[in-house]
Amino acid sequence: MTALLAAESISAGYGDSRAVADLSFALEPGEVLALVGANGAGKSTLLRVLAGAHRPSAGRVLLHGEDVTHVRDFERNRLGVCLVPEGRRLFASLTVRENLEVGAGSRRDGRWTVDTVVDALPMLGDLLGRNASQLSGGQQQAVAIGRGLMSNPEVLLLDEVSLGLAPIVIDELYASLAAVRGGGLGIVLVEQDLERTVAVADRLVCMLEGHAVLSGTPASLSRQAITDAYFGHEVTPW
Amino acid sequence: MEPLVPGQVRVDRLRRRMIIVQILGAGVIVALAMAPYVFEPAVTSQWIKLFYLITLATAWNLLAGFAGMVSVGQQAYIGLGAYGVFVFNDLGLDPYSSALVASVAIGVIAFALSFVAFRLRGGYFAIGTWVIAEAVRQIVIRFDSLGAGRGRGISDYTADPVLRNLFTYWLALGILTATLIGALFLLRSRMGVALQSIRDNEVAARALGVDVSRAKRIVFVLAAVMAALAGSVICLQQIGVQSPSQMFSVSFSAFMIFMVLIGGIGTLEGPILGAVIYYVMDLYFSQMGLWYLVVLGVLAIAVTLFLPQGIWGALRARFDITLFPVGHRVVAVPGPRSSSPAGARPSQPAPRTDPQTDTTAASARTEG
Amino acid sequence: MVILNALVQGVLLGGLFAMAALGLSIAFGILRVVNLAHGEIMTVGAYLAAVALSTLGVNVWLSLIVVVPLLGVVGYWVQRLLLQRALSLGELAPLLVTFGIAIIIPNALIELFTTNKQAIPTGDLAVRSVQLAEGLRIGVLPLLTMLVAVLLIAGTQLFLARTRSGRYMRAAADDSETLRLMGVDHRRVYAYAMGLAFAIAALGGVFFGMRQGGVTPFDGQLLVLFAFEAVIIGGLGSLWGTLAGGIVLGVAQTLAGVVSPELPLLVGNLVFLAVLVLRPTGIVRSKVVV
Repeated sequence: MTALLAAESISAGYGDSRAVADLSFALEPGEVLALVGANGAGKSTLLRVLAGAHRPSAGRVLLHGEDVTHVRDFERNRLGVCLVPEGRRLFASLTVRENLEVGAGSRRDGRWTVDTVVDALPMLGDLLGRNASQLSGGQQQAVAIGRGLMSNPEVLLLDEVSLGLAPIVIDELYASLAAVRGGGLGIVLVEQDLERTVAVADRLVCMLEGHAVLSGTPASLSRQAITDAYFGHEVTPW
Repeated sequence: MEPLVPGQVRVDRLRRRMIIVQILGAGVIVALAMAPYVFEPAVTSQWIKLFYLITLATAWNLLAGFAGMVSVGQQAYIGLGAYGVFVFNDLGLDPYSSALVASVAIGVIAFALSFVAFRLRGGYFAIGTWVIAEAVRQIVIRFDSLGAGRGRGISDYTADPVLRNLFTYWLALGILTATLIGALFLLRSRMGVALQSIRDNEVAARALGVDVSRAKRIVFVLAAVMAALAGSVICLQQIGVQSPSQMFSVSFSAFMIFMVLIGGIGTLEGPILGAVIYYVMDLYFSQMGLWYLVVLGVLAIAVTLFLPQGIWGALRARFDITLFPVGHRVVAVPGPRSSSPAGARPSQPAPRTDPQTDTTAASARTEG
Repeated sequence: MVILNALVQGVLLGGLFAMAALGLSIAFGILRVVNLAHGEIMTVGAYLAAVALSTLGVNVWLSLIVVVPLLGVVGYWVQRLLLQRALSLGELAPLLVTFGIAIIIPNALIELFTTNKQAIPTGDLAVRSVQLAEGLRIGVLPLLTMLVAVLLIAGTQLFLARTRSGRYMRAAADDSETLRLMGVDHRRVYAYAMGLAFAIAALGGVFFGMRQGGVTPFDGQLLVLFAFEAVIIGGLGSLWGTLAGGIVLGVAQTLAGVVSPELPLLVGNLVFLAVLVLRPTGIVRSKVVV
């Protein structure tokens, strides 16, 4: 069976610096795959490569077994890959409803509409008429996820969902994530918060300086192994 | 080649090259100053045009290429420079001194106008300077003593046409020399570093403590003075102003932009090369009438889009050459000791290895 | 009564300036491009109408049906072929490209049509007027221009607020890169916005030509400055502000014209510069970002 989305020996970087080195993994339908690693491990770059927003220097990206490496970002969205970017990146002068509507730019059919998104992310309910620039960080993140869903993706790429948010807000967002799952939606999650990631992910890939150093199901990996991979072997935390 | 090790580097301001440039430059200027004794006035009077074109191009390049201010209103100062000759000539000064005095007065006017123009940025700054130029023209032509809308001649002028040409030639050469030296030293100064940091990233420059508006204002005034001087040379050469709308024409901005773009924006050499190219084109193609301007416009767009570094920039990227040392580079200090490397002075601004500043910087070779 | 009359004429003239300013405002609001050739695009619109009339005998109103969409298409392709590339090169490049266009057009027009005015007759529309009171008449054409300007601004506002394309344009103005991640090619959105700006410019140019009885190659330079002044006086980022700015400029010019026929342009420019110094954010606070 071909994977929903596969990365094959991806290398990518900016100028001379290499952020991702020879990295491979596969995502199955309905699966939540988490990329964990410290700052600068290349996770965000990898997501951008998967979304078509960054061109890899080597390797291939396959969607349903088809090579989409050279399919541009907006076209890849139409094929069902949607990136919820780091820093939310809402359209600040648009209302929440308008942000969601712009999210449906690829006009793919599916179960997600403004109404179903609000059902899945209830905190959006009262906010639809509000301007995106007036939202709190958690609300913005919810809108960003909802906007991503509006394209009815098969693959949702979530970058740093909990960054800068209060724990209680993160709890709420992760609770919503459970409602978002299903229908075969594959999720690649980038997160620095190990605790959450282990709780929600079906599979983990630990990245260190651009390489995948460890992967497996949360149950199969010891905490110590993950922590070691996270920090690298020689670095002593603090 | 020495590897660059922190603590074992010094900032090379290309001092040796600067000395060579000074000697060569002085030689060229002396030779040009002597030229009227060798060539016919018909020839040297042509060169006057080249001199003021280089002056104009250099001035616009300082504005746009180094301080990031695209002005399409420099014709305000060109026109004022021309009319300033009348004003001070009428007051009893000879026309050449009038040109110099007028440029100072115009510097003061430009300083005042900068407070208006700096209310706008980017593209709106560009149109704002255009409006200012229009307003200046409309005010100037309200003075009957300046010929109103008709233009006028210089009333008290050197009678002998040969001497007139000679004096104008020397004035134009002097202005060009002063412009180039001024630009070279400005860019080598701390201010030059500040300016280039503004052009590259104004917000970052501000955050690093660069007084952005002061630096911009100084360049704005200097560029206006240079344009004014060029304008007065035009007036002296044409023995007056034929029509104010020509003297305040936005075409001047088009020429300046063309010269700078073709030659290479953000380098000192580029505008000189661009001015020479424009001068030659003008010599041969100006009888095409206005199609000539159409061609210039098309070329300017093409260069902007497909050769943004200009001809000089492309040459420099290819052959690693610079005439004027305005950049600096970080070079390794030979020897194992890392303490107090010779030549490293704490007062130096942060070393940059930006290829925009100096392509040789990227390679960080020791100068041979 | 002379003053009142001048005031009323000035307000109506403001409609024309607002129409000129609208396209400039759209291009800047959505693409951050200051189109230095905006006035020239207006002139081209007027020339096309004049040529349609002189060679094909087509009525001005009829020619609008072709001229306006035609320049819209031109705007789309200018954006796609020239400006999009310029935008990727930094802040200076788009300005320099539009300035290049601003140099090409009037000189080409002079070579093609001489400097003579190309007539755009409107029958008796230009002279028809309505008497409001003793000594106060308003022309039908200026009134119509104002009406069209108001409708255009309202229409643009509605378009941006209510339609899918309008939403994309506002989103592209906020963050074009993220818009791409939503499956929308921002370059197309930009090109449509520039097409809209060009089309409105063409319409404004034809109205200007009708008012003046024709068009000359030198009008573009005046128009771009008027349009820009109206935008700045009104306050960047506000479409209704351009109407207010246009009216201020129009009134300033017509009042100055009462004093001396040589003064309108100078006084208009001075009023603009005064607003710039005294109230640099413009006279209308912007609410909608465009």
